[in-house]
Amino acid sequence: MTRIEEGGRLPTAYLTAGSASFAEFVGRHAPELLPGRRVLPAGVLDAPHGTTIVSVVAEGGVVMAGDRRATMGNLIANRDMDKVFATDEFSLVGIAGTAGLAIELVRLFQVELEHYEKIEGVLMSLEGKANRLATMIRGNLGMAMQGLAVVPMFSGFDTDTGAGRIFSYDVTGGCYEEHHHHCVGSGSLFARGSLKKTYTEGMDLNAAVAVAVEALYDAADDDSATGGPDIGRRIWPTVGIVDAEGARFVPDDEVAVVVEGIIAHRRGNPGGAR
Amino acid sequence: MTAGMPFYVSPEQLMKDRADFARKGIARGRAVLVLAYDQGIAFVAENPSRALHKISEIYDRIAFAAVGKYNEFENLRVAGVRYADLRGYSYDRSDVTARGLANAYAQTLGSVFTQESKPYEVEIVVAEVGRAAPEDQIYRLTYDGSVADEHGFVAMGGGAEQIEAGLKERWQSGMSLGAVLALAVSLLAKDPAGGEDRVLGAAQLEVAVLDRNRHRRLFRRIPGPLLERLLSADDPMQAVPDEDATPEEIPGEAPSDE
Repeated sequence: MTRIEEGGRLPTAYLTAGSASFAEFVGRHAPELLPGRRVLPAGVLDAPHGTTIVSVVAEGGVVMAGDRRATMGNLIANRDMDKVFATDEFSLVGIAGTAGLAIELVRLFQVELEHYEKIEGVLMSLEGKANRLATMIRGNLGMAMQGLAVVPMFSGFDTDTGAGRIFSYDVTGGCYEEHHHHCVGSGSLFARGSLKKTYTEGMDLNAAVAVAVEALYDAADDDSATGGPDIGRRIWPTVGIVDAEGARFVPDDEVAVVVEGIIAHRRGNPGGAR
Repeated sequence: MTAGMPFYVSPEQLMKDRADFARKGIARGRAVLVLAYDQGIAFVAENPSRALHKISEIYDRIAFAAVGKYNEFENLRVAGVRYADLRGYSYDRSDVTARGLANAYAQTLGSVFTQESKPYEVEIVVAEVGRAAPEDQIYRLTYDGSVADEHGFVAMGGGAEQIEAGLKERWQSGMSLGAVLALAVSLLAKDPAGGEDRVLGAAQLEVAVLDRNRHRRLFRRIPGPLLERLLSADDPMQAVPDEDATPEEIPGEAPSDE
């Protein structure tokens, strides 16, 4: 674990001039803590997978929503997992793929951004953040080859332009800026189909929340790995928003109202025809 | 080149020389004050630079303040951020404590003082704000690695003794932020030579707080316009407004820490 004994002096590595990157520091000083550095046994592992995440650009911000299900083969491994995370004051990450690794990667990314901010005294640019995440995914390529892929989506508020932006990734660490909306995970095809019909440019944040939640509903309708709204347990999608005021999550009772509206609209109209 | 052996220097003399050297370096700089107030801990430095900070965030509830040689305390600050972030990452955020960091700094300063060719010319404070005022912790570390657990306030740097005397007389527990800032600025403005008080405006000050009412990361810099309002005698503002109310209330102030 960490190489500092209680009461011992700070190791030389701590006092050596270096970059403002936490991941680089850990890579030099305690590489075993980095997810990409581990040696895995041969063969394919069966581990819980997270499923669908959608993100929608709105006027002056961006919305990201994720279902709550994690699956392992045909089983539901977890029905109330959060897969959308605030990574700093102005950004959100949603994850699809191997849940354990993805959550570890998000934690590392959160520390990376905070560490940079503290060392440098300024926030990293939005592109800078998107590129740092790409580097981390690239480090995970070995695991992805063994079936432990992590596919995140990154959305943030660009404080320079005052607009919400979305970045998508592939397993090799390729980073692509998306326009209007984007979806990842097993239900992403259905969610994208839904958003194509419901999204309009320049919609406000509330409308963007509604279409994002509806896209998850459509994904759950056709993809068994995506969890639909669980009315009995009152488990609703995780919905995050970033705008000029920062990143925050929509409270459960507000998401419940949106979900109940969609369910009412779909009663006797399962495809949601308008 | 002189030939022959160096003169014998007794360990006492060696340590005293080093201590004098470090003390001289530290006393040259402007002072930094750390003061507890009802809702947290305030840090006030006389520092006209907006880029080279004497006060910084270390972790959720922990901040750092320093006087002396910039490159040396900057080195310690970065090491502290690395220590805290690595510890929080490999254990949990709640496992990062000011006590642990103060210990690591003390060991580091102590071994540099005795073993390296010159001691660090710095004095630092590591402070952690608690959930309630009695849980606040303020550690003062000196160039030789001594640690003192302080209560209520600390003054470091040039003229620190006079400032500390003023604090002893006028600081009380439970003061508002506005009151401790006004106290700090009035003590910083005193001329140690006994001349007339200087006028210190927001532009010459670096001020930050650990505000126990904030969420998660409790460190916040107090930017110029807000500082002016907190310091002005005829403004009733005594505390930092809620984060959400900030952008409308204070024109030109970003909601972030920076």
